This record gives sequence, C-alpha cells and structure tokens, in this order.
Amino acid sequence: MESNYYDPADLRKFGKITEWSEDLGKKFFEYYGKVFEEGALSAREKSLIALAVAHVVKCPYCIDAYTKDGLQRGITKEEMMEAVHTGAAIESGATLVHAVQMMNKYNKLSM
Amino acid sequence: MATKSLKGRQKDLAETNRQLEILSGGPFETGELPYFRDKLEESRQAPLRPRKLEILQINLGYMCNQVCEHCHVDAGPDRKEIMTRETMEQCLDVIRKTEAHTLDLTGGAPEMNPDFRWFVEEASKAGVADFIVRSNLTIIRANKKYHDLPEFFARHNVHVVSSLPHYTRGKTDKQRGDGVFDKSIEALRALNQVGYGMPGSPLKLDLVYNPSGAFLPADQDSLERDFKKALKDDFGISFHHLFTITNLPIARFLDYLIASENYEDYMTALVDAYNPEAVKNVMCTNTLSVSWDGWLYDCDFNQMLGLKVASKVKHIADYREDVLQDREIVISQHCYGCTAGAGSSCQGAVA
Repeated sequence: MESNYYDPADLRKFGKITEWSEDLGKKFFEYYGKVFEEGALSAREKSLIALAVAHVVKCPYCIDAYTKDGLQRGITKEEMMEAVHTGAAIESGATLVHAVQMMNKYNKLSM
Repeated sequence: MATKSLKGRQKDLAETNRQLEILSGGPFETGELPYFRDKLEESRQAPLRPRKLEILQINLGYMCNQVCEHCHVDAGPDRKEIMTRETMEQCLDVIRKTEAHTLDLTGGAPEMNPDFRWFVEEASKAGVADFIVRSNLTIIRANKKYHDLPEFFARHNVHVVSSLPHYTRGKTDKQRGDGVFDKSIEALRALNQVGYGMPGSPLKLDLVYNPSGAFLPADQDSLERDFKKALKDDFGISFHHLFTITNLPIARFLDYLIASENYEDYMTALVDAYNPEAVKNVMCTNTLSVSWDGWLYDCDFNQMLGLKVASKVKHIADYREDVLQDREIVISQHCYGCTAGAGSSCQGAVA
C-alpha cells in the first residue's frame, strides 16, 4: 500500500482506470477529450477555466496538469493567477452570499 | 544561469556516451516506457530510411555568444570547435552538386565563424532555392562588426530563421539570459528595417519557438497568431512564420530535466504524444547534417550525440548522395522529441 494519499507519478497512470471498467473509462476519456477541443470557447479559454476549477476542487493532479497545459499554450503566469483568483472569488462569494441567510435568520429570531 | 557550456564546466553530461546511457536506461530499461525502435515497429514504420534529400544542414561551429539553458548543442563562448575553410571548401563542392533545395547554416552562432561571410558569398553563388542562416538575433547587436549583418543577409537573399522563446521579456531572459529579449527586439527591428519579415517581402524572416521548460510546444498556428499580435502591438515588429520546436532530451536540456526532476515526466509526455503521422515527415528522412569537422549525421541532434550516419560514406570529403540515400537512420530515445504531437523539426511542426 502507498504511504501517501497523493503521488505525482499517479497522474501518468490516470488512463489505467479504464482497465477496471473499460466501457465507462473509454466513454469518460472520449467525453473529456471532446470537451477540451476548440469550440464556441477556445481551447485556451477552456484551459484557464480548468485551472480555476482545479483550484476550487483542490485537485493536485489537475493543478499539475493544467499549469503544464497553460505553459504549453503560452498562457502567462499573470493570466494563470487571475484565473485562480476568479475561482477563489466565486468560492469565497459562495461562502459570503450565505451570510444573507444568516442575516435573515438573525433578523427573524430577533425582536 | 551558467556562463559556460557543460563541456567547459567538465560536467558528466558533456560526454555523449553518458547521455546515450541515460536515454536507454531508467524507465526504458525497466520497461515502463517503450524503446523508440519498439514504438516504430508497433506503428510499422521501422526501420527509418531517408526519402529524397531536401535539406543540407551545415554546422559552422559550436561557439556562441549565448549560453542558453536548453541548448542541445551545448554551445557557448568557451566552445572552440569551428569549421575551417578547408572543410567549407569540401561543403561547397557538395552544395554545387547536391539535389537538396535548401541549405541551412547553423551553430553555435554561425556568424562567429571567421570565414562565415566568405562561405555565405560562395554558397549563394551555387544558387540553392532556399538559403537559411539560423541566427540567434543577439549576435547582430553583440559587437559593431556584426551590426551590418541584416544588410549582408539581404544582399545574398538569405532566409533568416531566429529563435525567440517568448514575446515577453521575462520568459525569454529566463531561458536565454538577462538582456537577451531587448537585444533580440533591437535585432528584429534592424531586420525589419531592411525589409526582412515585412508582409509580402521576399526577404524571409521566420522565428523559432521552443518551450522554456519541461513541457511540449502548443499548436504552431495559434502560437504564431499570439506572437504576431504581441510583437506587432508591443514593438511594431513583423515576421513571416513561427516554427515550434520541441526540446529534445539531450545536452543542456537533458541536464536541466534531470536536475529539476522532470526527466521521467517529460519522457512520458513525449512517448504518450507519439504520433505515427509525424514519423512520416520526421526531418532525418529529408535532411543531412554536417558537423564543423565535416562528419555526416542524420540530424543535428544525432550530431550532438556523436551518432554518425550508418553508411560507408561518413565524411563530407567522401560525399556521395546515392550511397548516403541507401542507409538506415540511427535512432535512440531522444527521437521521441521529433515525433510527439504535431511533430518537430528545424522547420517546425511536421504533422
């Protein structure tokens, strides 16, 4: 058994999930590949969205993958950091907007 | 950043045998990754053999004014290997009779060879269709004696191909050294001024992009769009095409990969991106590489690994195109660099 929950080398083995469930694995990777193709959004824009989401869901594999993908696409570190801030802003906004619920409840309970 | 070549620093990896050992060891030895030959066999493309010769690439010497971190030549100011006029004469004999349509001069900084201008003048008389000089740009601004290179190139209708790792200062200087970006911009302006790279101009100026780190280049067309827009908007600079080149795991780039613990991931990325379509047009099938001392190689990378052509003819002095065409191309695991994704060659993507 591995002594760590996360091993950077495991990212290279991602494709192996197909071995234990071929049909679902293949369908997933096909879908995944399709999502990141050029479409109404450019592949570059999608890469930045993926990087932001990777941080929000706190996936170290995804952070490695999309930092590298961004570098490959010539995305600058400033653009990458702004993307992460966008994710962070939505995440903290999502926390803070619940404060309205707190305020509502507070007001309801208070005389 | 180092100011000397691996050779100058007497590093282990300056030895080509050590590099070849690494390229055949590690994940390839354990079977985690397939050898390049096995991969070629799997896609039924083994052995690699030359098609028609199109490009004769001549290395005028390993001396360079820069010590770029990724350099596959391990070039630098301390390298003394320089082509002599005698070897140049032998090359000229070949240039006059070859069927290749492209002559491609490289280095080091080829301009630092003391006989560079004489050689260009003589070679241009042979009338090759496309006469390339690979210039690192900063050499044009390095010393007064090089300031007129743009005019010199124009007089001989030389096609200038220059490296610029990024259109931002930070990324360029990190790979190539402090001040390289500003000097490169000055040199590009000087080239534009004599007509190089201008829309519709016959004076061709192309740029070469190679990633500044352990990752593969992006799509050539989209990077070309980004480079064109940024260089035009920010500096008023024009150029014709951008070639993307994958860094091959040899010499200083190999040293960097190992020191930064990126080697295995990088090799895995190259193997995963193996593309049989790129194999069909890989540059060793239409190019011959000549070293500063006249030896013949399947490509510039094999030259740097000391892997001479597998032919009875091994030296420019004995050159026979028909004999050379009948050979197998020498391969090792560095070849994955040219077959990954859209492929990579000195002329950019190939698939």
